[in-house]
Amino acid sequence: MSLKTRTTILNLPEHRAPAIEVQDLSLWYGKFQALHEVTLTIKSGIVTALIGPSGCGKSTLLRSCNRINERLGYVSTTGTIKVLGHDVYGDEASRIQVRRHVGMVFQRPNPLPLSIRDNVLFGHRLHSARRASRADEEALLEQALREVLLWDRVKDRLDRKATSLSLEEQQKLCIARLLPTKPSVLLMDEPCSALDPEATSAVEDLIWDLRGHYSILIVTHNMAQARRASDECVFMLMGKVVEHTETEDMFVAPQKQETSDYIEGRFG
Amino acid sequence: MTTAQQPPTPHRGQPAWAAALDTRDRAWWNDLAMRGVVLAGGMSAVLFIVAIFGFIASQGFEFIVNRLDLGELLLGVRWEPTVEPPQYGALPLIAGTGWITAVAMAIAVPLAFGAAIYVGEFARGKQREWLKIGIELLAAIPSVVWGVIGLHVMKPIIQELFGVQVGLNVLNAGIILGLMAAPIMATIAEDALKAVPDSYREAAEALGATKWQVVWKVVLPHARPGLSAAVLLGIGRAFGETIAVLMASGHRLMIPESIFDSAATLTATIAAELGEAAVGGDHYQVLFVLGMLLFLITFAINLTADWIVRGRRSKA
Repeated sequence: MSLKTRTTILNLPEHRAPAIEVQDLSLWYGKFQALHEVTLTIKSGIVTALIGPSGCGKSTLLRSCNRINERLGYVSTTGTIKVLGHDVYGDEASRIQVRRHVGMVFQRPNPLPLSIRDNVLFGHRLHSARRASRADEEALLEQALREVLLWDRVKDRLDRKATSLSLEEQQKLCIARLLPTKPSVLLMDEPCSALDPEATSAVEDLIWDLRGHYSILIVTHNMAQARRASDECVFMLMGKVVEHTETEDMFVAPQKQETSDYIEGRFG
Repeated sequence: MTTAQQPPTPHRGQPAWAAALDTRDRAWWNDLAMRGVVLAGGMSAVLFIVAIFGFIASQGFEFIVNRLDLGELLLGVRWEPTVEPPQYGALPLIAGTGWITAVAMAIAVPLAFGAAIYVGEFARGKQREWLKIGIELLAAIPSVVWGVIGLHVMKPIIQELFGVQVGLNVLNAGIILGLMAAPIMATIAEDALKAVPDSYREAAEALGATKWQVVWKVVLPHARPGLSAAVLLGIGRAFGETIAVLMASGHRLMIPESIFDSAATLTATIAAELGEAAVGGDHYQVLFVLGMLLFLITFAINLTADWIVRGRRSKA
């Protein structure tokens, strides 16, 4: 896919609510403060890249959006995160709902040790009160796998273990399994860092194809990737947001000194 | 490196370091000796197994060759080694062992799995550490203490609760054995849960699974071979336990018909009768045949457990 097609501006309805609104978010791992009063609005229907050096808090911010951070047990937060207008840090029950609407893709592809079919339908089965009919499930399965361009490659081996797929296919599967629950936001934590260049390009193309249908927030270490595969870019440093602009502007005319130092490779 | 930097050459034109290569210094001898020591340690396990089996077999050998009626031993319902003519039907003992083990597992499996799942998946930090220590301490309680608990604590409770005359029975021994086997099973089961990669849990949680859904749909299925091994090793433990069962089971040499009947096990019978049997006599020898039977059963159970775990590993 050429750069030209990638930079086409999506014509989104103006009235759409922001995908994610972060307000004064501070986060501590035990006594260490990883985020300092982050305020950020992520627009709906576009790809937003989170960039910054290691330890700047970009993954932490991403992982706060579906509260997966709390698995660690020693995390405390202040401030709010609203996803589609709903406060993510509500009561216990809403955490499950949040994760249904906010899908996450991890650094290393992590398909469950189940068949390809069961992986794709896992989330959907969790969230439907009754088991859907066989025909409905097959339809969802095919649709999800077609959306990630995997259907033709795996349709004859849907009952094989997902862990037998190549890394690229596994990562696509990990995206596919988010789709049947109809999420509106996809969080991606360096989704290509475990992949070789060809697979990276394939997964990037896929992310770009999903743009518009989903609001995508993607953490990346890779400047080139942020530049070619995002509409907006957020640069973070030391747990704070330094700059948030359209990707073109950030790479062509960064506003802050730190931003230009980082994207020119002077540190990080 | 240039030649100028090489060490000065001694006589016969060899560099000094070449001579040093051939020196068997202390570290070399030490290595040799320690290899020998650890080899002996490693081999001793196999050696002892073979020696013990050889001993047991040799003590029962003459009986096996000349007078053993395998049909009577395995299916005979009367174990009367001291009356004339003696009866060596071990079915009551086999049945007693089976009943008590079954009751023990019915108690131990839910307890052990519950403990393993709680410690492995739900408990955190200090609480988890304390619980693990507790489980290990429980596993270290001597079996005679468990026997006393059966005799003096469980017996009146069972009599009171179920209104039965005899408090030393299959139920009592089963409960005691179940409690004894549970900690070791819990430890093995928790290891099996720990071996499930955390990325699976994270993936399932990110898809919106509750903690219990993660356990039920992802962790337990993946840990199944390890959990089966835990159960089998628990069964092996229950089969082999002697003194506690002897004290709690009532030691009645008849096939139990309900869990409120007293019963006798293979192990308890050997322990109770070996001291009284004349060395080398038929009774003495047939007890060793029972020992072989036990040995073979536990051996088979352990091998199966091993095979399940290994089979899984080689596939993964």
